[in-house]
Amino acid sequence: MKDAIRTKELTRVFGGKKRRLRPRDAPEKRVIALDRVDTQVAEGELFGLLGPNGAGKTTLIKILATLLLPTSGSATVAGYDVAKDPYPIRQRINMVSGGETSGYGLLTTRENIWMFSQFYGIPSKVAKAEIDRLLKEFELWERRDAKVRTLSTGERQKMNMVRGFVTDPDIIFLDEPTLGLDVSAARAIRQFIRGWIQENHAKTVLLTTHYMMEADELCDRIAIIDNGRILACDTPERLKGMVKREVTVKLETDRLKDPKAFDVIEGVQNYVVKEEAQTNRTSLTFILEDDAPIGDIMSEVLNQGSKVQSMEKIDPTLEEVFISLVGKGLD
Amino acid sequence: MNREDARVSNPLVLNFRAFIGRAYPRVIGAHRELSWIFFNTLLPLLSVAAYVFVYAALGAPAAFAGFVILGGTMVAFWMNVLWSMAAQLYWEKEIGNLQLYMMAPMSRMALLGGMAVGGMVMTSTRAAATLILGVLIFQIVLVVVNPLLLAGIFLVTLVALYGMGMLFASVYLLYGREAWNISNLLQEPVFLGAGFYFPVQSFQRILGGPGRWIAIGVSLIPMTLGLDAMRQLLFPELLEWAFLPADIELYILIVLAVVFVFLARRALAYIERLAKQEGRLTQRHL
Repeated sequence: MKDAIRTKELTRVFGGKKRRLRPRDAPEKRVIALDRVDTQVAEGELFGLLGPNGAGKTTLIKILATLLLPTSGSATVAGYDVAKDPYPIRQRINMVSGGETSGYGLLTTRENIWMFSQFYGIPSKVAKAEIDRLLKEFELWERRDAKVRTLSTGERQKMNMVRGFVTDPDIIFLDEPTLGLDVSAARAIRQFIRGWIQENHAKTVLLTTHYMMEADELCDRIAIIDNGRILACDTPERLKGMVKREVTVKLETDRLKDPKAFDVIEGVQNYVVKEEAQTNRTSLTFILEDDAPIGDIMSEVLNQGSKVQSMEKIDPTLEEVFISLVGKGLD
Repeated sequence: MNREDARVSNPLVLNFRAFIGRAYPRVIGAHRELSWIFFNTLLPLLSVAAYVFVYAALGAPAAFAGFVILGGTMVAFWMNVLWSMAAQLYWEKEIGNLQLYMMAPMSRMALLGGMAVGGMVMTSTRAAATLILGVLIFQIVLVVVNPLLLAGIFLVTLVALYGMGMLFASVYLLYGREAWNISNLLQEPVFLGAGFYFPVQSFQRILGGPGRWIAIGVSLIPMTLGLDAMRQLLFPELLEWAFLPADIELYILIVLAVVFVFLARRALAYIERLAKQEGRLTQRHL
């Protein structure tokens, strides 16, 4: 199968030299957004990028969408180099971002999508038929003649999705497309993505998301990215297999005096603490080498004068994989 | 949809469609908000009326009222260039459109061209209303000496003016947060310099030699020569107030149009390259 996307030693550094654009008062700071990223996405694949804010996901998408140049290394999309040959790439791609506010409030939903379709040169008749089909699929048909400024957040994001898919891209970049949406709007978008990739075997989706469940549910393969580096890349099942030998324990206690005290317990690989202000409790998720440290953890809780309210040993999820690799959760 | 239905191999077809697509919101916008028609037609007449009354009170020839009406008509285009053309890419960046534009396969000039022509069409409503109402209310007598030349000068003036707006669009983007300030800074001096409400030759008559240099300097704003030439062709009785012969002004305007459009293209290419290198311009709030 052909590569839809391929990156080699892809590096992007921001700042570090005199910037010619405003704002001039912004501090000059060198930030390595992508650090020698090697990845390959096959044609027909739904590929996920998981990472915390600032991990480099959006930077990677912007380079692949020909909006940014790499500092070093290379990237190809649909076989074309992003730096040397952006035009044929632009004909074959599109992008939808979460929380996008693009378009003009004065136009109707249909007009707005039609306008963007014209930037890809789609014949008006073809574009209008496709817009109508997609609006129906996204259950936005009733709002086709509503001005964009009157759309709700969910409706607006559905409109953005139609805008992205109306050009029938070979490769689409979805940058947190369900960000901030209610359950039903997010579900509609996920269903559409799944259906689209199933119906179009040669199409490729690169999806970034904050939602582990979304990545787990949708993606053929997932890359976990942090600090500009890809830490792991595999199918969700294999990624979960990485922590199978480890034990994940979720513990809820009365509020702990020193939640960081578990650092010193032997066998604790990693753990995440959440303070629940409303219930005055502490939630802890531990990644352990085996069952052995559980006793020491319980002792530490009791030593701090706290009580264990509940304890659960759970099967690995992508979240544990993420915590195990990155050392922190996504929240 | 078939992939081949969507992909356009002919760049001319692609860019023509992109041009129409970008012009559409502006053309539609002019008629979609009825309140705009009121604000864009009746309110500008108030400042025009003030200047007409001043000339009348001073006992100036009636054709001076015509100078003012014509200036008030062209003000609409200048305001559109300043606030909706020059500042537009900056606003597009703020609302997140710019990165979608930059990612599309169309030519950037199709985008700017669509914005410009859409703006011209939108503004024509206000301009036409100011002209018609002004002529009717103040009973201005227009004597069209050479309709073809008049139409030519009007069109070339608009092309040069919107070419300047296209160039400014990139310059504003470069200076980001100062977009409002630049527009404010330019608005009033250009009202004065371009002679919207008086013949630009007044600079020379009142200030002598330095005045002539001021008039030459402000001739870089296409509106200056365009207005002067159109006034010559509509009010031939006041030819003595002409700055340069109308045909010479047309040639200069043609040069300005070519130079501004060429510079706009270069500036936008420069901005895009910089944006890709530095990652600033397609990012909101940076």
